[in-house]
Amino acid sequence: MGRKLLLHNAHVEGIRTYEVYRKTGGYRSVEKALKTLTPDEVVEEVKTSGLRGRGGAGFPTGMKWSFIAKPEGVPRYLVVNADESEPGTFKDRYLMEYIPHALIEGIIVSSYALGANTSYIYIRGEYAWIPDILEHAIAEAKANGFLGKNILGTGFDLEIYVQRGAGAYICGEETALIESLEGKRGNPRIKPPFPAVKGLWDCPTVVNNVESIAAVVPIINDGGAEFAKIGVGRSTGTKLISACGNLNKPGVYEIDMTISVEEFIYSDEWCGGIKGGKQLKACIPGGSSVPILPANLLLKTAKGETRYMNYESLSDGGFATGTMMGSGGFIVLDEDQCVVEHTYTLARFYRHESCGQCSPCREGTGWMEKILYKIESGNGTLHDIDLLWDIQRKIEGNTICPLGDAAAWPVAAAIRHFRDEFEWHVNNPELCRTQNFGLAHYADEIHVPA
Amino acid sequence: MSDTPLFKVTIDNITVEVPAGTTILQAARQVGGDVAPPAMCFYTPLEGSGGKCRTCLVEVSKGSEKDPRPMPKLVASCRTTVMDGMEVKNITSDRVQDARAGVVEFLLLNHPLDCPICDQAGECHLQDLGYEHGSSGTRYEFQRRTFEKHDLGKYIQLHMTRCILCYRCVFTAAQVTNSREHGVLDRGDHAQIATYIEKSLENDFIGNVIDVCPVGALTDKTFRFKNRVWFTKPVYASCDCDKCCGEVTLWMRGDEVFRVTARKDEWGEIKTSPKTGKTGWICNDCRFEKKKLSQWKVEGLADISRHSVIGQGKYPLLEKSNETISKVLDGRKPRLLMDIHSVSEVNRPEIDLSEINGPATSSIFKKQ
Repeated sequence: MGRKLLLHNAHVEGIRTYEVYRKTGGYRSVEKALKTLTPDEVVEEVKTSGLRGRGGAGFPTGMKWSFIAKPEGVPRYLVVNADESEPGTFKDRYLMEYIPHALIEGIIVSSYALGANTSYIYIRGEYAWIPDILEHAIAEAKANGFLGKNILGTGFDLEIYVQRGAGAYICGEETALIESLEGKRGNPRIKPPFPAVKGLWDCPTVVNNVESIAAVVPIINDGGAEFAKIGVGRSTGTKLISACGNLNKPGVYEIDMTISVEEFIYSDEWCGGIKGGKQLKACIPGGSSVPILPANLLLKTAKGETRYMNYESLSDGGFATGTMMGSGGFIVLDEDQCVVEHTYTLARFYRHESCGQCSPCREGTGWMEKILYKIESGNGTLHDIDLLWDIQRKIEGNTICPLGDAAAWPVAAAIRHFRDEFEWHVNNPELCRTQNFGLAHYADEIHVPA
Repeated sequence: MSDTPLFKVTIDNITVEVPAGTTILQAARQVGGDVAPPAMCFYTPLEGSGGKCRTCLVEVSKGSEKDPRPMPKLVASCRTTVMDGMEVKNITSDRVQDARAGVVEFLLLNHPLDCPICDQAGECHLQDLGYEHGSSGTRYEFQRRTFEKHDLGKYIQLHMTRCILCYRCVFTAAQVTNSREHGVLDRGDHAQIATYIEKSLENDFIGNVIDVCPVGALTDKTFRFKNRVWFTKPVYASCDCDKCCGEVTLWMRGDEVFRVTARKDEWGEIKTSPKTGKTGWICNDCRFEKKKLSQWKVEGLADISRHSVIGQGKYPLLEKSNETISKVLDGRKPRLLMDIHSVSEVNRPEIDLSEINGPATSSIFKKQ
């Protein structure tokens, strides 16, 4: 059993309320940070901890904080990105719904470190019931003197506001989120300038994922060095993984990034194996936009080493034979799932969610969806597969924001690893409407060059 | 004698010195010619424009003198400022050419390609871009998205089917007029420029959206289908207008004024007025109402590139190609065998090309 830092008290009855949360050791980090540490020392602790952004890109949080511009007389903002819309990712929802005070506590410490007196939680519109939970928690914290003016008599002021999104995936991109927060259309901005220089209302802003902010609490409580001891290499601390798909025990798990992918899927402590005793065919380990991997490449790297649930190991081999940690949305496909249909579903999602600002993403996502539908419905040609490859290649890297990449990667990875299945669809137009390609050779041992 | 330092930037192996803060695109335009990347959405007088169409992508092979690392991705040259010692590849980079061909394909994906009946033809940026960077055929075999035509008030018609969502008209309305009444509705490939809900645009300066539109999505209703732009002759003229600078281009045929637009430079952008020192936006009265030559003081021929189709036939000194056909025919004159219009079924004006899904084929023109 790995160590738990975020969900260690999730099982406690009534942890959603301030009293119980405080009794289990809550808000200690606020007292420690505000009374004994300077803001720069808090930033240093986070840097020492090696905490990497939990939203998907994995950028070191401490480094992000140290980039924030500090011009005189200009307010700074901390914006918490709770617009968790990635298919397969629901870890922030669990955290906010059950332990809202962990997030509030993290925000207070982080805002103190950044010198922000106003903080916003931008929450996904579909999480309709969670803003009420958060607002209740904010009111409780305020009543107990952890928010508002002159917190704990230290002279630090902070207000937290909850803002609901209107149901757009693109508003999870930090600059689109800022635009939306300002009341505008959620179109990503062109960078530079980065939000750390010119963000919300043209003021320096840091946008962080819910889990990153919540992880600041144990970092301050135990010290950054202690946090860095957990995990392996540059993957420090613990990570929330939301496992879903054909699993016996889907759900949100906190792992310490030293366990192997095989253990995570098959061990009874975690996901408990594939549902119905079926075989594993493929998996997307980090939310819908990271590359899909067949079972053989998922459990072992191309070098034949065991693959672990951490940033480095999952991305071992680059996109050719690896994938990404992403946001931790672990989607598992068993032997009866069709990768073509799955890719089509994702393409449909990205087409629907493209903001339409820059041309490659606006036109390309729709085009990919149409071709994938054509192949899936048994009307495709071999030429269509090559065309699909060419389209994704022309979208990737040529767009304003990462949504273009996010739309291109799943398609690229599906063709890269599952080309046989695509070709089977083309060559068996009648059969593919009633049958699946099945597991085929996707779990076979791969040849490792000596 | 300004304080801004000069930066040396090398674009396609040509070095220029530009003040700090200049974008790569502006620096490349100083070099001119083919080195300047095409731009569909960037518009110098409009603050915040650019970065959306991705046609101006360039490769930065050396970041700066201090930090010589190349930039990993292609960057939008219209929104990236130069650094000292930066090296940029535009036409010398295969990567850029490949990406640009992709962008042109994407832009033309849902475009109706109804140039033969489009008023913008001849001065359309998308037409030029497609000619230079596009391929001759399409790989898209699905239905193209279409929209209904909308009248935005009594002067402007919006034909969204042709729109490439450059956002220039949105920026124009926000920055030039008193209030912006239109914007972008929906998202993705069904995003559209619209007023909410089908309101007309009533503003003294709203006519400028026609000038900034790179394609034929916003057209002048007083000019629609009146003439092809290459048959009209552009002349500079001015008048005393109390609303705007009054410096315009008249598009004439004989003594008749067909169209009035603002004065544009070689990049298709509205010039700075020498009288006011500001961008020469013109008001609706000048643009739509003053269609008599007596209302204008003509200043002379407009500057039009000789390579433009508009300049065709207007420069008598332009060298004419030798007539070869009579040589081939041994001095005889070619004989007209038939009149194409009497035998072809293709010439059917009642068919609106913009209403057709996908490319026009002969089957559409077959008589029922």
